[in-house]
Amino acid sequence: MFGLEKRDTTLLLIVAILTLFAPFILNPFPTGSGLAQFNAGYPDLMQRFVIFGIFAIGFNILFGLTGYLSFGHAAFLGVGSYSAVWMFKLLSMNVLPAILLSVIISGLFALVIGYISLRRSGIYFSILTLAFAQMSFSLAYSVLTPITNGETGLQLTLDDPRILGASATADGSIPVTNLFGLEMRSTYQMAVGAWDFQFNIGYYLCALILLAAFYLSIRIFRSPFGMMLRAVKSNQQRMNYTGLNSKPYTLAAFVISGMYAGLAGGLMASMDPLAGAERMQWTASGEVVLMTILGGAGTLIGPVLGAGFIKYFENIFSKINDNVLHGWFSFLPDGLEDFVVFIVHPFIGKGWHLTLGILFMLVVIYLPGGLVEGGQRIHGWIRGNKRGDASQSKTNPAE
Amino acid sequence: MDAFLLQILNGLDKGSAYALIALGLTLIFGTLGVVNFAHGALFMIGAFCAVTLQKIFNISFETIDATQTDFLGNPLKVKTTYLEHWLGADLGGLIINWSVPLAILFAIPIMICFGFIMERGLIKHFYKRPHADQILVTFGLAIVLQEVVKYFYGANPIPTPAPDALNGVANIGALIGMDIIYPVWRIVYFFFACLIIAGVFAFLQFTTFGMVVRAGMADRETVGLLGINIDRRFTIMFGIAAAVAGLAGVMYTPINSPNYHMGMDFLVLSFVVVVVGGMGSLPGAVLAGFVLGILESFASMEWAINLIPGINQIIIYLVAIIILLVRPRGLMGRKGVMED
Repeated sequence: MFGLEKRDTTLLLIVAILTLFAPFILNPFPTGSGLAQFNAGYPDLMQRFVIFGIFAIGFNILFGLTGYLSFGHAAFLGVGSYSAVWMFKLLSMNVLPAILLSVIISGLFALVIGYISLRRSGIYFSILTLAFAQMSFSLAYSVLTPITNGETGLQLTLDDPRILGASATADGSIPVTNLFGLEMRSTYQMAVGAWDFQFNIGYYLCALILLAAFYLSIRIFRSPFGMMLRAVKSNQQRMNYTGLNSKPYTLAAFVISGMYAGLAGGLMASMDPLAGAERMQWTASGEVVLMTILGGAGTLIGPVLGAGFIKYFENIFSKINDNVLHGWFSFLPDGLEDFVVFIVHPFIGKGWHLTLGILFMLVVIYLPGGLVEGGQRIHGWIRGNKRGDASQSKTNPAE
Repeated sequence: MDAFLLQILNGLDKGSAYALIALGLTLIFGTLGVVNFAHGALFMIGAFCAVTLQKIFNISFETIDATQTDFLGNPLKVKTTYLEHWLGADLGGLIINWSVPLAILFAIPIMICFGFIMERGLIKHFYKRPHADQILVTFGLAIVLQEVVKYFYGANPIPTPAPDALNGVANIGALIGMDIIYPVWRIVYFFFACLIIAGVFAFLQFTTFGMVVRAGMADRETVGLLGINIDRRFTIMFGIAAAVAGLAGVMYTPINSPNYHMGMDFLVLSFVVVVVGGMGSLPGAVLAGFVLGILESFASMEWAINLIPGINQIIIYLVAIIILLVRPRGLMGRKGVMED
């Protein structure tokens, strides 16, 4: 289907089913039950899943295929957000032009930065992208305040021109983002028994775009172009010796992944029309690196899994507090219960980043292929070690 | 002219922090070939050694002083630290006041041990892995360390003042007949940094141990073939590098109250300094640290900002990008080290 092999079609279908039925899948516990806090089926969080999924898919096209580790991808996301919000301010509240503009602008931005950064490889490339991202971050914070609104962040106001739309709605409030009249924030609630499912237009727009992005990334992975990028990763020097100039290929990969990041930024602004400089900070770039590695760099499904994993646990773990823990371990004797809660306490709530850091280290140390490799290994054990080795998905960056 | 000298001072002062961190980073890279993204975290842990010592010194007990009353008329509770109780108010107070300089002695063994554990427990397994893996695992370690510190010390900056004697400002221009007022502690920091840098270089240059380490940096395999346990020496060097970063952190606490993400803030800058100086080159790291520090303070002068707005924010990155593109080896990088 769609020019894909059977395996890839299955993968695409799985992702399609997962995303389209996410409001059901992520909402397995009845509202009001004790486990309802593990539900992730509310629009805000689901949107974040898919948006960061798109971001990670894009990052994976660069890092997973070419092995170039960029620590500055958040800059493209930030640029995408800013351009989308400007489109809302100047043109109309329709998300389509905003998303298009954010993709184009971040693509151009990536072209410039990539052209310069890709003159070096290995750690120097990482430092160059880091330097560019930090530069954009500091500039967005300080000098570019007329464009970025500095620390406050760029927001919509009532006196924005909005040439094709209205500056303000009839009742004098700021209009909401929409796609040809379909409001992004409008949500259809469906109550089935004790469950309360929410279907959000914005989420479905993001989900469809995610599917398109995922499809495109499968095509890139399977194309001769993708093959060339993998060749760059396995041995760039040999590529050069055969007389091939690998720069156009890596640059194309860089620009594509920058455009993915811009798309994610544009979507983020479409769901919630504001943009701030902190989205561009290098730790934000670090987050997408974490997602991709955790899920499995160089695999198709890995980045999406990683993004979903991190965003889900970030939300859920940070909601667990000591009272919840006491509830869970109440079957233990009193002293032991307190002890267990005391041990677990640093890893939950605000300490979620500690869990993430430890998890990430364990993955890098023992499971370089990420969650995907873990899944393959388990699969292998179940099948009696027939397909146990998952060396296919290992990452070897270009040095 | 005064402003000019003042900016040079500012630059030397900023540069000394950069140089110290970059020196440790280069020691690790030059000896073990590991790109250590947790180096900023080591700097932060050093700073929190000072915080810890200050807290230890300030452990106190409460007594009720019947002679004094608070505003409600109740007897006043007076806190007395154990140090003052044991050593008398004068000596005890003096020690508490000098907790930051004393933290140097406290931090050195802690940081060296920490470096040993980190190298033996984690970094050792990553020698043969690609640099990207090293970056990733040390980045993860940095997150873990900073979250642990946040758990124990909270997210707010903790003020750790310098001793009163070194806390004021001094007119250091008086010697040359000019008026340059400058905080004393920053001058102390500068000289301290020079001392540490000189110490590290002397250690490498004039001791047998240093000679072996330098030989190992040039050709690890051959040194190993000569029957020298180079791994153990490199582990010790890792400990020393951690101590250098830690000391930079200890002395930095009066300048900026330490908080848990100060390491991440410094990390990017210190990496930029290292690549500008040249990966693996110790003099390069020190030189680049001071040069970038001075450039940064000149860029924050008024005429520079008027000329190019925002230049003070980006000058370091800009210089780094230019250097990386026109001089692939950095300022003083050795031939063949990470040139690609």
